Amino acid sequence: MNTSAKSLDIDPILLETTDAPGGLFHTLSNALIITRREVRDSFRDWRIIGPIVILTFLFPFLAQFVAARFATYLEGFGAQIIGERTIPFLLMIVGFFPISISLVIALETFVGEKERRSLEPLLSTPLSNTELYVGKTLAAMLPPLISSYGGMAVYLLSLLTGDLAWRPQLWLVVQIILITTVQALVMVTGAVVVSSQATSTRAANLLASFIIIPMALIIQGESAIMFLAPDAESPSGIGALWAIIGGMFIVVILLLRVGNSIFNREELLGRTLDTINLKALFRHIFQSIRAVDEQGTPARSLFDWYRRGVTLSLKRLRLALPITLAIFAVAFIGGILLGQLPSWQMNLPRGLPIRSVAGDIQFYTGLVFGETHPILAIVWQNGRILLGATILALFTFGTGALILTPPVYVILGYVFAQLINAGYDPSFMLPAVLTHGIIEIPVIVLATAAALRLGAVVTRLPSGLTLGGAWTQALGDTIKIGIGIIVPGLILAAAVEAYITPQVVQLMLGG
Amino acid sequence: MIEAHELSKLYDDFLAVDRVNLDVPAGTVLALLGPNGAGKTTTVRMLTSILAPSAGSARVAGYDVLKYPEKVRASVGVLPEQHGLYERMKAVEYLDFFGRVYRLSAAERKKRSLDLMERFGLTFALGKKLGEYSKGMKQKLALVRAMLHDPPVLLLDEPTSAMDPQSAKLVRDAIIELQRDQRTFLITTHNLSEAQSLANRIAIIRHGRIIANGSFSELARRFAGEQIMELRVRGILNGFAGDLAHTFAGKLNIGDSGDDWVQYSVAEPSETNPQVIRHAVGSGVDIVSLAPISRTLEDIYLQVVKEDEAQGGAAREHLR
Repeated sequence: MNTSAKSLDIDPILLETTDAPGGLFHTLSNALIITRREVRDSFRDWRIIGPIVILTFLFPFLAQFVAARFATYLEGFGAQIIGERTIPFLLMIVGFFPISISLVIALETFVGEKERRSLEPLLSTPLSNTELYVGKTLAAMLPPLISSYGGMAVYLLSLLTGDLAWRPQLWLVVQIILITTVQALVMVTGAVVVSSQATSTRAANLLASFIIIPMALIIQGESAIMFLAPDAESPSGIGALWAIIGGMFIVVILLLRVGNSIFNREELLGRTLDTINLKALFRHIFQSIRAVDEQGTPARSLFDWYRRGVTLSLKRLRLALPITLAIFAVAFIGGILLGQLPSWQMNLPRGLPIRSVAGDIQFYTGLVFGETHPILAIVWQNGRILLGATILALFTFGTGALILTPPVYVILGYVFAQLINAGYDPSFMLPAVLTHGIIEIPVIVLATAAALRLGAVVTRLPSGLTLGGAWTQALGDTIKIGIGIIVPGLILAAAVEAYITPQVVQLMLGG
Repeated sequence: MIEAHELSKLYDDFLAVDRVNLDVPAGTVLALLGPNGAGKTTTVRMLTSILAPSAGSARVAGYDVLKYPEKVRASVGVLPEQHGLYERMKAVEYLDFFGRVYRLSAAERKKRSLDLMERFGLTFALGKKLGEYSKGMKQKLALVRAMLHDPPVLLLDEPTSAMDPQSAKLVRDAIIELQRDQRTFLITTHNLSEAQSLANRIAIIRHGRIIANGSFSELARRFAGEQIMELRVRGILNGFAGDLAHTFAGKLNIGDSGDDWVQYSVAEPSETNPQVIRHAVGSGVDIVSLAPISRTLEDIYLQVVKEDEAQGGAAREHLR
């Protein structure tokens, strides 16, 4: 078919549009078309504009009044410090209340349009998924955030011009502004994810508990920190708040990735039912476990399943595996570096037989050399950590898997460093670790990588798969690797650790 | 302009569209007919690159729907089943918004909006909020939106639904005019008389499969059998019907008849009808009229569905 504009009678404007270079500017420019319309629409809704006006222009004065009365009241009891710390706390509350509206707007973003049937015309335009997603996310965030900043400015202004002697510390104010911003980002990005997956506003509101409850806990934690932190008066801000800002920023990045990854026209229009079909879910997982190729062909035999099926699942770890290995390597090196810090050094006695030093190491780190445990106890010890890591990974986009498993490598690196620092040859540890570790370490790495992929698959959907499809496939792969490699590997490693490693260690320690 | 080859869509275990083949050249109006749930909307959504086909391929305005979804969407104007307007906006703002989305210049947006609003008799309502529009006005505005960027391909779902007869005629005239201008239309509708009057080609979809595809006359020939003629005479036939059957045995079959009329079916009307007229005149019969009994798209549609059912359409429905 001839595709020239002339032969097809395509308006040159269209070709100019579609052939225009992509890139960030183009994406943002298109996204802002959506944002402008939605923001204008929001400002026409009195249910949104009413609370925004009240929370921006009236609530800060109320908060300032409460702060002043509270401070005066507490002065009578000699508890000025509580009154003083209430002032920045109320600044945070003044900033937070307007952004709570962003949740309402964001939850309604896609599912509301779907219910009003205005989504399909929008999805039929040449806007890309990213442009739609970014445009909608910005639209949900901007009005409440502007209101939030406005409210905080009014509050600060009323403080500076009022009777209270309290003057804000610059970095604390910066921290509160940043906290407000990342909280808005977390709520909006989370709500947009919910909105793009729900089939009705009602369902979206119900699912919003997954955002509201953690956010309420974080706010309570932040409040406690602001009142109780030992560095509350520090000119560089409160350390714990910096950690919360950093943590929430990572969550925002992950949620943005999830949102952009799972946002697609097909899911938005195709999803019409909220009902759970457990039978179909289990069937899909089972199919995924049996599959030996991308088409889902079931294995012909156990040998076929191992040869092609398990190999297929291992191939799908091609991204998670190097990341896991890198994290483990970083953990080991981190342990060595930690061991170099003077305040962390064990100061092992020098010149003693290695057997005596092993006792010290056990005392400080819990690492045991040459002790015998039953196989089942060893399997249970390793298995529960890996199971815990997998479960945690499910709720943390995979990052939880990289928190539970690497600490043992930090300890190993740390012990290595201590032995070297004290002039011992650390190679005696190698048989103790590697005799069974030659099986156990690859098994743990694989299990961690599988858990990482299972949790992180929603942040980067494989091409052609829906959210549900990608997740059931990842779960099937995890179970497949678990049954095919992890469980047998752990049992074998435990047998070696129970019967062979102690012998080797005794031999090494001269025992 | 629209080409679909073995296009299929599978939702979990449900085959919504089953190996659909379409070839709609530029300047053609294709009416896609079928009962509710037949797969019309899914087909249109795949042709708009909103849904990805599970199998098969399609090209719209020269672009592959999978490889160039954004270019496909820039080349089509879509009127979905529900008009889906933003009710708090004014028409002028609404069209300006979609004009921006399609990257039209400010001058182009204004000109096209005014021209189209005038064409559909909506100029008076440019400054009105869309929530204040009547159903028919909303439908017309949704059409204006679909045509705003002057797309070479238009995919319209029930374009005249909820419209008064005058507005519906305006829309039909607009479609005919644009068709002359080599625009391509795919219209899904339950209004069969409208489909018959507008469409050059008709495709009937059932249980996700195209069960009939062709021009009206092709479908009529295939599914409605031979042409039926009605001969009206002055006075009484008086055995002339039997005479016709005898004289033209093998060329026509006598059907119903009355005192002064007789119907017959004929395989080659252009050859047989002049002979019938000559024979009647020779027999001293005064002919008042000889006219074909018009067959409607509804007759053909019902026949197509009936034949599909007889061939196991219901069984296929079970298997979907």
